[in-house]
Order: sequence, then C-alpha cells, then structure tokens
Amino acid sequence: MDCVATGGNVKVLAKAIHSLSRIGEELYLEPTEDGLTLRAVNSSRSAFACFLMTPLFFQRYQAPPDQALRCKMPIKSVQTVFRSLSSLERSVEKCRIEMNTEQSRLRITLHCKHGLLKTHNLSFQDCESLQAVFDKDSCTNMLRAQPRLWVDTVLHFPPSLEEVSVSVSSDRVWLRNHVEDDADSSKAMMTELCLSSEEFDHFAIGSQTSITFCLKELRGLLVFAETAGLPISMYFDEPGSPVVLSVSDSVLEANFVLATLSEDAHQRNHNNNKADGPRAGLPPDDFMCDDIDSYLIAMETSDLAGPSYEPQPQSSSTNHKSRLLSEEEDEEEESVERPPNKKFCSLFFGSVLPASSQLTNQTVQSQEVLASDSEDERQSD
Amino acid sequence: MPLSTQPQSGNDEYVLVASLDNVRNLSNILKAISFKDHAIFNATQNGLKVTVEESKCLQANAFIQAEIFQEFTLKEDVVGFQVNLTVLLDCLTIFGGSTVPGVSTALRMCYNGYGYPLTLFLEEGGVVTVCKINTQEPEEPLDFDFCSTNVTNKVILQSDSLKEAFSELDMTSEILQLTMSPSHPYFRLSTFGNSGNAHYDYPKDSDMMELFQCTKTQTNRYKMSLLKPSTKALALSCKVSVRTDTRGFLSLQYLVRNDDGQICFVEYYCSPDEEVDEE
Repeated sequence: MDCVATGGNVKVLAKAIHSLSRIGEELYLEPTEDGLTLRAVNSSRSAFACFLMTPLFFQRYQAPPDQALRCKMPIKSVQTVFRSLSSLERSVEKCRIEMNTEQSRLRITLHCKHGLLKTHNLSFQDCESLQAVFDKDSCTNMLRAQPRLWVDTVLHFPPSLEEVSVSVSSDRVWLRNHVEDDADSSKAMMTELCLSSEEFDHFAIGSQTSITFCLKELRGLLVFAETAGLPISMYFDEPGSPVVLSVSDSVLEANFVLATLSEDAHQRNHNNNKADGPRAGLPPDDFMCDDIDSYLIAMETSDLAGPSYEPQPQSSSTNHKSRLLSEEEDEEEESVERPPNKKFCSLFFGSVLPASSQLTNQTVQSQEVLASDSEDERQSD
Repeated sequence: MPLSTQPQSGNDEYVLVASLDNVRNLSNILKAISFKDHAIFNATQNGLKVTVEESKCLQANAFIQAEIFQEFTLKEDVVGFQVNLTVLLDCLTIFGGSTVPGVSTALRMCYNGYGYPLTLFLEEGGVVTVCKINTQEPEEPLDFDFCSTNVTNKVILQSDSLKEAFSELDMTSEILQLTMSPSHPYFRLSTFGNSGNAHYDYPKDSDMMELFQCTKTQTNRYKMSLLKPSTKALALSCKVSVRTDTRGFLSLQYLVRNDDGQICFVEYYCSPDEEVDEE
C-alpha cells in the first residue's frame, strides 16, 4: 500500500484517528480497492467505528495487489504521529502512508515546512478483517443534523455522563441522561432536552421509540464531524438493536455503530424512574437468557470473551455467535481479547443484574469478579 | 555568622555584589539548567557562570555576562560557591515572577566569601524580601574537554524547528540517536520506542538551518533521560548550535534572548551512550 494525503486532508486523517482512539485501543487498517479503511472496536465490543477514505481522498492511492492485507496496531502509536493538530495544520504539507509487509512496518512520512521530514516506522500485527454487522438502510428511524446541533445538545450533559437516552416521536426528539437502575433516583440529576423536527436537516421517524447508548463514542464522532463540517445522520430501530451514527461526503465515510440498551433493561429502567412499573419485578437471572448479548454488535474476528475466564456466559456467547457471527475467529485475536470492562457491564449487565446479596447463582458471582478484574487490568495499563 | 540586615551599609564587606532591575533575567536562565539541586556558581570579571551536573555524563552551564547586571562588583579574581538551585529559584521568584510589563522584581545579590550565606534582597512595589541561602563547599565541575578543534560536525538551527521535534519525541525510546553527515540524511534525530522507530530529518538547505558544517558521517546515541532537561533551555532559546566531537560528545549551545533583548548562553554537554560489549 502506498498513499499520499495532502493539505487539509492530513488533518482530517488525524481527526479520524483521534476519534477512533476514543473507541478502542487498537487501530485496524485495511487498504482495499475502495479506499483505506480505519476501524476500531471497544474492548467489550459494544461500540465499533469505521472510517473509509476513498482513493479520491488521497492525492495518490495504491491498494496492495493482494487484497488480504489487514493489520492492527496500538492506536496510541499512530496518535503519536498526529499528536499536535495545530502543528499539523501549520507545518505538514504532505503525509505518505506506506505498508511494508516484509518488515511488518507501517511507514508514515510527514513532509513538513522547511524541508523537515518526519518518518515513523510503526510495527503492526496481521489480523483478520474487523467488520460489524449492521444495515443502516433498513432502520426505521433516521435523523440528520449539522454537527453544531449535536455539539450544542451534548454540551448540556456533564462530561461524566456515560449514557444518554434518545426518544423520538413524529415531530420531536428528546434527549435525557440515563440514570442507572441502582442509582438513587431521588439524588440523581435529570437533564432533558427537547428538539423540534425543524432543527434537523432530515427527520424520518417510522416508529416512536426510545434508545439508550453511550455518549463517549458520540462525542468522539462529534470531534471529527465538527472539524470536517459534515452533518451527522443517526439510524436506529427499537431498543437493543444498534444505533448507527454516520458521516459522509464525496471522498470519505464514517460509521459508528453503538450497542443500545435492550428493551427489558430499558423498560425496567424507565419504569423505575417513572415509578409506574408493571414489569419492574423481572426474575433476577434475567440476564442469563440474554437478549442483551444477542444485541451486541457481531464482529467477524472474535467472540465476546474466551471460555477460560468466562465459564457460564459461554452458552450465551455461542448463542450470540450462531445468530450473528458470520465467520470464525482468529485464535490469536481471542488470546488477546479481554473480558468486558466495567463500563460495558454497567450498560449490559449492571442494569439488569440484581444486587449481589440476592445472588445465589455461582456463575453470576464469578461474573461479578470478572468485571472487577478487568477494571483493575485497565487501571494498571 | 554575621546577619547583616543593613544592606545599605556599604559593599565593603562583600566579595560579590550583583544587581538586576529585573530578576527574570537571572531566574529564567537558571530555570533552563535546573534539573539538579546543586549548582556551582563561579563569578569572574566577565560575569557569572552557573554549572549543574548529572551522573558525570551531563553538564549544563548558564552564562550571565557582567553587562546583563546593572551592578557587578567583584573583590577577587574568582569567587566560587555552591547553593541549592531549587531554593535559589524559589527565592528569586518569591514575588511570583510576574510577567506583567512594567512590574518587575529588582534583585541585589551579595556574597561575603567562603562560609557565608548568599544574601538576596528582592524588591517589588516597595516590598523588600531578604533571603539568605546557606552556601556549600564548591565542587570541581567536570571538564568535558570539548574543544572546538576536535569538533567534527556542527549545525546551527533555529530553535523553533527543534522544539517541535523535541516535544514529539517518543519518550518510550531510551536513547536519542543523532546522525550528522555531509550527505543524506544530513541531520537526523531518531528514536526507537515501543511502537516502532521514528526519524526526523532536517535537510542542510532548510530555512531553519543557519549553518551546516559537517565533515564526516557520525551517528551517536545519547540517553533520552539525560537530554530531557535540555528541552527547558531549548524552549527559552531562539537558536541552537549542535556540535559533536571526535569522541562523540555532544555540545548543545542555546542562544537565549532575555526580556530586555540581551543575549545569554546556555550550554549542555552530554557524553554518548557507549555500548558495552556483551561477553
């Protein structure tokens, strides 16, 4: 692979990498005939992001002759190359990306003002293709708005807020902060915003619904969309199926696929908050039967977690796999895979998991320990 | 120990008296070499030389010429003492080191000779602070024996171009490799870190390159941890001269312009990172 980006596109590329760094810790790079794809997935596989820079984005674009070139590398090392956006804007004239498969090196060369040449040779690993299974065109609901509107909206939520709920009706959109089930609702601060359909460039609601997803990734995309000045489209169905945030222009396309809280959990939550819950008394082992897992975004490369550290949910994983995965996984991938982090648990397990005192099931116990381990691991990173 | 609180009683008793209208002209340049507590002060008729060393491998010198001071009186040919640089800097910036134009701290620095403390009179807006810092037995600074006749390669660069490079250096690399050559790559900084390696190449005809005198291709490695403190000097400077001698020793000379537009120099010497043969 050999491609050259010039001028403002270097900054766009840098912003894309910064956005991806909010999703996961590794950057998956795949040059194809259609362009260069940059992808990332979070450790719990509940969020996936993909940028496609078409050949026209580059001044020169040469895809590898054999299509099987796929690699991944720590996103931090790529970020180092594009660390300072201001200096990129000020001094970088040209950016060349070459892939040397023999040495397993990705070479990024920045041609700067005054003849300064910065060459970074980054090591990478071969990997399988990473692709989330989603079909945004089949979604019943679609909203499109300028990045400014999204930025101004998100601004009202505190930076610590993890999840946001979006409810839609035929002519309005409500955004509110999502409060955990176990949180004391009397102490929680509720923030709610209502946007009229007129604020949106495109407003197509097929079914009135309410979905809850992580704000962090949306913020990541906003950083990109705002610099690029591109409208953001949001595609979604019912709670539990992924929401797709999409940005595109003639030379690039970005899709962020985020898991949403599933119906049951959401419903419970909603009911608890509103204190009118006919369904509040769900059985405690609700998460075992796991609608939730099935709504995880399926990745071709790997499963949720290996059996070695997650004995019980194996069945649900397999279940999930049979339903959604389309390709078998790469073993190496599995060995480096981590258990879901706590944040994810809060979204997918925490909200449906009863207080630990109620737990009688041993596997549920082990699940809990698992979550705290992964938290430790993350901290030690 | 005589604790004179009468600064106006005359300069007779002091072997060194140095006054500055703006203390920043001294404190800024000392900050550029403040990576260790112990600083050796050496005053001659030419001015003040302050030396800080690390691990017998790195030496930093700051030169403040006599002309920078409004008053610089020396009773002896050479006056030497050692003080804790961190303490001295804390004292010099005791009024907060304001950068507001028109507001400056005036300094009068006196030394009474061997065994006496270094006395600082600092005044800002009519408030005077007197600081006495105990002096220590002066150590003999290392002689790096870096002589201009042994210099093989020398370049002078505008600091801005190096500042960017140094701010982006991969700190996971233990060493910084410097290549200077009469042919390609001319002037190259390389790091070898966890994520791969990186090279920064400066062509010899760059606008940033003020002087390029390289006679021989030379590649030397220097400990990143040793070079790290020099970025403080780089940040202050407007030009930097990079020289290496036949032994691979590195000399970095920084031209620093103070608030009043006067020029001072800061110099760093660093020994190369020798590879020990594994037996």
